Amino acid sequence: MTEIFGIPTQALFGQLLIGLINGSFYALLSLGLAVIFGLLNIINFAHGAQYMMGAFCAWFLLNKLGLSYWWALLLAPLIVGATGVVIERLMLARLYKLDHLYGFLLTFGFALVIQGLFRQQFGSTGLPYSMPKGLEGGQNLGFMFLPNYRAWVIAASLVVCLGTWFMIEKTKLGSYLRAATENRELVQAFGINVPRMITLTYGFGVALAALAGVMAAPIYSVSPLMGADLIIVVFAVVVIGGMGSIMGSIVTGFILGLVEGLTKVFYPEASNTVIFIVMAIVLLIKPAGLFGTQR
Amino acid sequence: MKLTRQLLAAAALAVTASYSHAQYSDGVVKIGVLNDQSGTYADLAGPGSVVAARMAVEDFGAAKKGMKVEIVVADHQNKPEVGSSIARQWFDADKVDVIVDVPTSSVVLAVNQVAREKNKVLLVSTGATSDLYGKACTPNSVHWTYDTWSLANGTGTAVVKTGGNTWYFLTADYAFGHALERDTEAVVLKNGGKVLGKVRHPFPSSDFSSFLLQAQASKAKIIGLANAGADTITAIKQGAEFGIVKSGQQFAGLLVFLTDVHALGLDKAQGLLMTESFYWDLNDQTRGFSRRFAKLHKGAMPTMGQAGVYSAVLHYLKAVEALKSDADGAKVVAKMKELPTDDPVFGKGSVRQDGRKIHPMYLFEVKKPSESKGAWDYYKLRHTIPAEQAFRPMNEGGCPLVKG
Repeated sequence: MTEIFGIPTQALFGQLLIGLINGSFYALLSLGLAVIFGLLNIINFAHGAQYMMGAFCAWFLLNKLGLSYWWALLLAPLIVGATGVVIERLMLARLYKLDHLYGFLLTFGFALVIQGLFRQQFGSTGLPYSMPKGLEGGQNLGFMFLPNYRAWVIAASLVVCLGTWFMIEKTKLGSYLRAATENRELVQAFGINVPRMITLTYGFGVALAALAGVMAAPIYSVSPLMGADLIIVVFAVVVIGGMGSIMGSIVTGFILGLVEGLTKVFYPEASNTVIFIVMAIVLLIKPAGLFGTQR
Repeated sequence: MKLTRQLLAAAALAVTASYSHAQYSDGVVKIGVLNDQSGTYADLAGPGSVVAARMAVEDFGAAKKGMKVEIVVADHQNKPEVGSSIARQWFDADKVDVIVDVPTSSVVLAVNQVAREKNKVLLVSTGATSDLYGKACTPNSVHWTYDTWSLANGTGTAVVKTGGNTWYFLTADYAFGHALERDTEAVVLKNGGKVLGKVRHPFPSSDFSSFLLQAQASKAKIIGLANAGADTITAIKQGAEFGIVKSGQQFAGLLVFLTDVHALGLDKAQGLLMTESFYWDLNDQTRGFSRRFAKLHKGAMPTMGQAGVYSAVLHYLKAVEALKSDADGAKVVAKMKELPTDDPVFGKGSVRQDGRKIHPMYLFEVKKPSESKGAWDYYKLRHTIPAEQAFRPMNEGGCPLVKG
């Protein structure tokens, strides 16, 4: 059997695929963050909490209302996204004129409150959420056993990511959005309701987090801290990709998943830190991030 | 009405004061429950351990005996530096006499040093490393509920003897995981098994797929999980997804708590073997204790860690009562070793010279969903390991307190 650095190539392929799967979650989450930051200039630290809310929402729909995973995939982003809209209207909208720091503090505080409430109610161990019917089992690819669900995660996340990118960069709606971030007053003068557009954008970013939460529910345990564990990594992904760059966050998400996957093979002890090492290096060489432009 | 209440309170205070003529340092026995209140280990210890400590104070009858007992709580966030600075603050400024529980081996080893330095008492329930009654033993601490050696001995021996003779370890990369892996590896080798490999994962981890794949590639019959809490749950859950059990490999949970099984659900946890020192449904006494506990703790049955806190606090108070003093930590621990232990949780037992509390350990198997009568009815007893065989023999631990 051929080997690379003492690791059989077949095992390596398996690990790369696993890295890609984890990368899909990073990509989905950092995409939401990038959309919100790019268009609202808000560093949404509540993103992890909203991801967790998405997973809990799926759990509620299944266990209290008997609605399947597929319904949750549709409903949870809508529900959690709606809470995002409320937050934006009631609180965030008042902060746009102030420094980044205020939005950051508000969302961070909000995340702590939400996590605290869920932990109080559900404990920290988490709740079981079973695999959706039709996606159980898996395929033997020769070099590894790929669970069907994980294959679905990669596919779904790619579609959502590219769809979002297309919408923002290539459609008329997206061009309004981009224009509004450049010059709000001018766009408003053309008769476009900018505040509503901004609100819906925040709601959309939050919905993306919730969608990732629903997709995570069957593989990670549904627990109040699931977002807190992930959000720091996702922020690192956004920073590496370049704050606010849509394509940057998607590509970086997948790449860092791969980097992390490889670290888990060669030096597992460092797999928690490798992303931050990459971040430090990127910031030293290219402070605006891989795909970012200096504003 | 208000006046009467105030009068009554004043009278009660006066009575307490007259009974406790300054026998206890500053007139109060102050118990500090130090554990993970909010993270990975919060459900298996956390607020439940505080409930257990309160029950012990109540059952001891502190109020009736005129002993004033106070309980304080802190969250060490599984960080050694946070744990040891809380311990210092408690001992130096807040006049805490004894610290109990302390999950997370890296934290408990740090607190262990502080307790010795300040001559206070440390009662370890959920902290697991067997070094606590080995090379790190002190005259100020008692290791109460279980430890890595006894878990390895119980589960490891049973698994190897039933044919699981090749192992691969998934180990949490800190003091606890290392100790559990070391002790289990020794048991596996002693019984003629082989260790094919190991991987050390960061603590805590939310994704085990990569490590599971490595374990799968090793073709070992048994994947030993040298981790705990949410890490164990996630590993087993994702193991099911990757078809680990279906392809003929088996998990051995080396430290599994009742709350973990509850979170996993029986369909995923069924058949899992584990060693514990306590289960709520063992006998009338444990059932009685546990039902009372559940009423005070959102209906959740106690884990062995929480039950251990109850038992440890109860025995500590008995020793303080016998000494009529809580001032000298080492003396209280010496008294605890002298007195036999007896409580509804572990029955009769004793504390050894090296600071190891002795009681039977049990090998349990998780029930099939069809065998369970409902929530919390999860274990069937496979085998009882008698107290004298359940823990590492004194002469093998290297505890400096043991002479000859």
